[in-house]
Amino acid sequence: MSTFLRSRWGVLAGFAAGAVLLLVAAPAALSAFNLALLGKFICFAIVAVGIGLAWGRGGMLTLGQGVFFGLGAYIMAMHLKLADASLFGGSGVPDFMSLYGSGEVPGWWEPFRSPVVTLLAVVLVPGLVALVLGLAVFKRRVKGAYFAILSQALAAAFAVFLIGQQATTGGSNGLSGFRSFFGFDLKDPSNKMMLYSIAAVVLLLALAAARQLMRSRFGELLVAVRDQEERVRFLGYDPATIKTVTYVIAAVMAGIAGALFVPIVGIISPADVGVIPSIAFLIGVAIGGRATLLGPVLGALSVAIAQTSLASTFPSFWVYFQGLLFVLVIGFMPGGLASLPRLVSRLKQRRTEQPGGAAPASAPQVPGSAVPAPATAATTPTTVPEEASR
Amino acid sequence: MTTPTLLPDGEPRAGGLRHGRPKYLEVRGLTVAFDGFVAVDSVNLDVIQGDLRFLIGPNGAGKTTIIDAITGLVPATGSVNHTGTEILGRKVHKIARLGVGRTFQTASVFENLTVLQNLDIAAGPGRKARELLRRRKGVDPAVQEALEIIGLTRAADKQAGTLAHGQKQWLEIGMLLVQNSDVLLLDEPIAGMSQDERDETGQLLRRIAASRITLVIEHDMDFVREFATSVTVLAAGKVLSEGSVAQVQADKKVQEVYLGTAGMEGH
Repeated sequence: MSTFLRSRWGVLAGFAAGAVLLLVAAPAALSAFNLALLGKFICFAIVAVGIGLAWGRGGMLTLGQGVFFGLGAYIMAMHLKLADASLFGGSGVPDFMSLYGSGEVPGWWEPFRSPVVTLLAVVLVPGLVALVLGLAVFKRRVKGAYFAILSQALAAAFAVFLIGQQATTGGSNGLSGFRSFFGFDLKDPSNKMMLYSIAAVVLLLALAAARQLMRSRFGELLVAVRDQEERVRFLGYDPATIKTVTYVIAAVMAGIAGALFVPIVGIISPADVGVIPSIAFLIGVAIGGRATLLGPVLGALSVAIAQTSLASTFPSFWVYFQGLLFVLVIGFMPGGLASLPRLVSRLKQRRTEQPGGAAPASAPQVPGSAVPAPATAATTPTTVPEEASR
Repeated sequence: MTTPTLLPDGEPRAGGLRHGRPKYLEVRGLTVAFDGFVAVDSVNLDVIQGDLRFLIGPNGAGKTTIIDAITGLVPATGSVNHTGTEILGRKVHKIARLGVGRTFQTASVFENLTVLQNLDIAAGPGRKARELLRRRKGVDPAVQEALEIIGLTRAADKQAGTLAHGQKQWLEIGMLLVQNSDVLLLDEPIAGMSQDERDETGQLLRRIAASRITLVIEHDMDFVREFATSVTVLAAGKVLSEGSVAQVQADKKVQEVYLGTAGMEGH
């Protein structure tokens, strides 16, 4: 079975199953409201695919993906506002600008009247920002916690900047009230269905791209950089280039996800792009298993679903639960839920090999973690009594 | 595509190649200072292609620091010339691309990758983006040959982290071979090895050194006596003596400062 899953046909079958699940089964089973929710979660999952590459494979703790998500989202939102204003208002000036500002469209909004420029900018602007940032940071050998703090600070600064621009970005209210999407009426259920389908297809494409990258020579090199950055240098590679390329790919994925988020959810505000959402992106990835292909996606989806269902029942409780989950996973299961099958099989193996329960001293480690995996087995849900007592 | 030949004919000997135009590493006035402490003090060193040079000296003599300086890891003054190209002051990865390769005291292979992947990465700095984004298909002939030379053909698909200590050092040497380094700087390659592994490593060095510029840091005098074609003795950051093992052993200064009369025999 596992060899089949690894073969070419197995992979194609897996993608086909994913496509059927997302594009046929989900629309058939879910109400329009829940389907839109799933569409929103899929946007988070696309961000998660990029984080899985950058953090899981590249070792870059990207605590500020909200910036790139926000760039893509605001670019799309500006276009939708301008298009709405021309279609419905006639004046060509978005409603909130007349309310809070001078009633004139600022010059830097103008390029986004064009659908082509908008679509290009959704990809290029996050990509270029990540390129400049990545070169500046990684060439100077900033890494580890310093990189994480820097990217987080950037997310905070970005949100503060947006809040300050009441007249041009809607301030803390953000941009909302979109009525059309490239000429399609956003109230029409079939257009909502189309938006959901686009998000699902983009997720599948992002997964395919991530898989190709992970299995390519570049992917092997990326793992090498994650584990032994200095050693890679002595082989004649510049790790900064490898890390920057990966960071750019993750940023582009986040930007596209942001652009899809806007028409699906209908609002983008600083609260969707700042520090807290940036961390939330990461939690799903950590829980799912950052170094795997599907772990980040499944983690992001399940955290988002859990948040929606739990937060409506116990609004104040969710944040604590999320924090606890994060601590538990990072502390005791650094490979995430994706490492669970491996942990279970190792546990079984150990029980059959050594009935006394004495653990082998030198067990292999979970990739990308500093914590020896066997010690974590005691805290997984599959705990057996004698293991738990250790 | 020509078949790669990682293995030279013949064996290394003192003074290196005597015909043609041998490659060389010429170190002049190399000085490394950390916060005023001079770790390496205007060292001059010449190693010719085909010579298997050992660098010995008491702890703290600056042996590893010299390799660090040559490979660009620590800033240094002076000059390091590799067959006509000044390499001092360049970035680490640029120096590596000029054919200067090194290993580390603690083997630093990529533990989460297989032996084959380790070698493939080492062989690849010149690859184009298009090649990098594809999957590795088949085995590079140079990688295949290196696997045979270092005796890890059967372990090709093993995770490098599961290799025995000696095998990790051989993998490192194999990575230098496929990397196409003509300068090999090896930092205590046999530290922690069993006697059999030491012999294997010595034979390996002898097989690869005849066409390369090889500088090996070593403490084990038995190993030095058996495999070195020439020796440089370093003490307190300065070159104390240079020559064949016998010459160096007979040098009064060396006996005084480093070895003592018994030290040369023991360890």
